[in-house]
Amino acid sequence: MAEDAESILTNGPYNSRPRWKYLDNILNRPGPFTDPDWVCGEPALEGLSRAKILVIGAGGLGCEILKNLALSGFKDIHVIDMDTIDVSNLNRQFLFRHADVGKFKAEVAARFVEKRVKGVKITPYCGKIQDKDDDYYMQFAMIVCGLDSIEARRWINATLVGMVDENDPDSMKPLIDGGTEGFKGQARVIFPTMTSCIECQLDMHAPRAAVPLCTLATIPRQPQHCIEWAHIIAWEEERKDITLDNDDPEHITWLYQKALKRAQEFNIPGVTYSMTQGVVKNIIPAIASTNAIVAASCCNEAFKIASNTNPFLGFPGTDNYMMYTGDVSVYTYTFQHVKKADCPVCGNLAKDLQVNSNSTLQEFIESLAERPEAQLKKPTIRTEAKSLYYQSPPTLEKQTRPNLSKKLYELVSDGEEIAIQDPAFQIAFKFKLVFEN
Amino acid sequence: MTGTTPPPLHGPTSKEKKYDRQLRLWAASGQAALEQSHILLINSGPGVVGVETLKNLVLPGVGHFTILDSAIVTEADLGVNFFLEEEHLGGFRAEHSCTLLKELNPDVQGSYITEPTESFLSKPIALKPYTLILVTAPINPQLLSKLSANAATFQIPTFYIHCIGFYSQFSIHLPPAFPIVDTHPDPESTSDLRLLTPWPELSQFATEKTKGLQEMSHHDHGHVPYICLLLHYLEEWKSTHDGQVPQNYKDKTAFKASVAQGERRNNPEGGEENYDEAVAAVLKSLNPTSISSAVRDVFEAPECKSLTPETSGFWIIAHAMSIFYATHAVLPLPGSLPDMKAQSADYIQLQNVYKSKARHDLAEVLSTVRTLEKKLSRAVVIDEKEVEAFCKNAAHIKMVRGRPFHIVLPGETVRWGDRAKKAAQDLTDPESLILLYIAFLAIDTFIATHDVDGLGCAAKVAGGDDWESDTEEVEGIALKIIDGLINEAGTSIDEDEYSEIKSRAREYAQELVRAGGSELHNISALTGGLVAQEVIKVVTKQYIPVDNTCVFDGVRSKSSVLRF
Ligand SMILES: [Zn+2]
Repeated sequence: MAEDAESILTNGPYNSRPRWKYLDNILNRPGPFTDPDWVCGEPALEGLSRAKILVIGAGGLGCEILKNLALSGFKDIHVIDMDTIDVSNLNRQFLFRHADVGKFKAEVAARFVEKRVKGVKITPYCGKIQDKDDDYYMQFAMIVCGLDSIEARRWINATLVGMVDENDPDSMKPLIDGGTEGFKGQARVIFPTMTSCIECQLDMHAPRAAVPLCTLATIPRQPQHCIEWAHIIAWEEERKDITLDNDDPEHITWLYQKALKRAQEFNIPGVTYSMTQGVVKNIIPAIASTNAIVAASCCNEAFKIASNTNPFLGFPGTDNYMMYTGDVSVYTYTFQHVKKADCPVCGNLAKDLQVNSNSTLQEFIESLAERPEAQLKKPTIRTEAKSLYYQSPPTLEKQTRPNLSKKLYELVSDGEEIAIQDPAFQIAFKFKLVFEN
Repeated sequence: MTGTTPPPLHGPTSKEKKYDRQLRLWAASGQAALEQSHILLINSGPGVVGVETLKNLVLPGVGHFTILDSAIVTEADLGVNFFLEEEHLGGFRAEHSCTLLKELNPDVQGSYITEPTESFLSKPIALKPYTLILVTAPINPQLLSKLSANAATFQIPTFYIHCIGFYSQFSIHLPPAFPIVDTHPDPESTSDLRLLTPWPELSQFATEKTKGLQEMSHHDHGHVPYICLLLHYLEEWKSTHDGQVPQNYKDKTAFKASVAQGERRNNPEGGEENYDEAVAAVLKSLNPTSISSAVRDVFEAPECKSLTPETSGFWIIAHAMSIFYATHAVLPLPGSLPDMKAQSADYIQLQNVYKSKARHDLAEVLSTVRTLEKKLSRAVVIDEKEVEAFCKNAAHIKMVRGRPFHIVLPGETVRWGDRAKKAAQDLTDPESLILLYIAFLAIDTFIATHDVDGLGCAAKVAGGDDWESDTEEVEGIALKIIDGLINEAGTSIDEDEYSEIKSRAREYAQELVRAGGSELHNISALTGGLVAQEVIKVVTKQYIPVDNTCVFDGVRSKSSVLRF
């Protein structure tokens, strides 16, 4: 296996790239795990420098991803992020300085990496991923995601699955997704329609259970209950006309003082400003080291996919998911998450949903937001024969509103299929309602 | 809980704002420890993994870092190191990386030293100012061995880091006793309710709250805290089981059913949450309290058993704790209570029953500590907060026994000591990355035997020029190390397994030599993340660090933690 490479090493043109000496060792030499048909040298190098790659998110993971891709030999990188820089980003988003607070993340990050790594072109877009259409996404070789929003992940996943045209292999765009929370994180690779997608894996990222309203209203026991009360109930009662802004210190202080007062009435210790902020903004702890690990793992897979320098995660039938935990020693679990035939996005069977037929449509709709396998907040629901509930337009909403108080058994039969649409996604989710009682 | 403190009107400080997302993990105490630390990086080779590690320490606000590196910036650095620019070509790598790293956080101090490692280490107190030392390979093994010995005399934790191509590995040499109190256990595993051994105040509270249970209104019945329910039904159970609590799985299942029978279903909700909680808690809450092997190790440690005036606060508290345990057969009560369905006032009252018992236990431990201090005539008084933190997390304390890492000296064979048996077993485990670790040892051996000028930095790298013959040599060394290990362990491995081991070791060696001493930025960034995380754990003495070797395989995206 070493014969061909030898000539490139000694005579090939890539010795003339002193800046990429280290990278070129890998590009110019086959290894024990490279495909026997893999041609090292020029094709591997071209695969990297020609690949147009999209990075979604320029936050904690995104900053790392941009740096890593630029130093992995990618030359044409695009980045999308709608956010502006906040002071609490500076403990990990290392492309930003204090003077950048308030500017667009995508713009500042792109300029910084372009300046630092010569020869790489980074095109920022400061806006939402939903602003762009299939034609836009079609231009990329692959997409790397460093997002903190599950909804945005589901949107891009559904978009990429929908774009796949069986007759056009170029329409299948590998999606590499990273996520972190404190000392934990994951990196996964998806080959849309071929391997398990974000939606297939949705129940691995279940939302936190909400505290029942009656606890907040009448029997608070924890400091968090008092804060949620101030957030959900007191604000509505006393400051209805002001839109709550989680980033406005006056608003957080108001909630904090309300919560503190309520806590004192009930002798509940522990309400702090920091906790108030955490509960209201649903803050997830984030540190530089976990971001570095997860982002680099994603970029390592992107590099291997583009250069074929080694086997990569996500090849159908092999591992596609690396789970990481770093609070107790270092632990990774790398496995194959299997595609689900009843995945609402990439499968074609309706997914079973266990329901109590005595609950009302209203209760069912509320439960959809929390069910790990659904997580839909504004569902419009219909069966093959009739419309059960429409969120909009107002006329249809009004027409279907009486159904909300009806029990499920009055509206559907056991095992009946329903379609749910949600404004956050462009596809319909198919579910089969199975009565558990 | 005084209830009269007026709420502060000011929000968080600017530092609290900047570090908000990490303070939620390691709190102000961890942050203070980080800010008081001074990290030394002894850099070599392409030098990226060390700089990426520092990046992840400068961002969260390490106090001070120093880079020791005599290398000059070359073109090749610009293709792999993010903290160097074109205008730095020809300058000192340490100086320019230091400047660019400092830009990340104005609160952090950075210094650099361009003296060669050898002359730097010739001053015996050179390492004294540092809290922790990071050393990256390749380094001359004699220097490494001297450095390691020096660091050990000052008990400075030392990391030795390799990063080549798609692979990386690091080992941590901690002091011989490295205790951790604030291990941050999973909140699910920490509730200690003592339902099988309630103290009088708890029993009394439960009796009061369950008085006339049958006659209660639906509202009251549905709001009895589940802890009181379980204590109530346990009393009933004992009265029909010779005073015994449920002993085994079968008993517990029967007990669970008896609790479930008490649940009312004829109420408007068609069930009761507090009863559901009680039923769900039976299996996990009705276990006799026992201490973990980690806690037992602490109690049985020689440092805990025989105290001297120089003994650190940790061991004195541990000793007091072991006396408490010997007296009561339980650890001090942590005092925390999980949330449960209950009226606010009842819950707070119950919470206070647990808290006051915890305070009572703490007072007992504290008084033992004070007696010990007097007996030892210690000059420094142990802070009560330290004793309190220990009591709160007593069940989850952990002690790591630091061990030196492998240093391959020319002409010497790798020794495995008391780890030989375990290491030899791991050879046949396809999930273990011990063979990759051995391949790294083979690379170190190669460097030890091909040292060009004795300065470490200019060492000949495996796969630098003559790739094929270097591959053969490193493969050969790896196989020798494997044979040495099997020999030392005195185990026998059957023919098929042995040839499987050899072929896997060869693959790792080939892949390592393929890189020719190169770092791939992604693997350096990932490893820099892992190392920085471990540095933070060691410096803050929070969470549980790697004990003592971590290996990462970027071909298969897998890691292993091994102990040597
Ligand atoms: Zn799917």
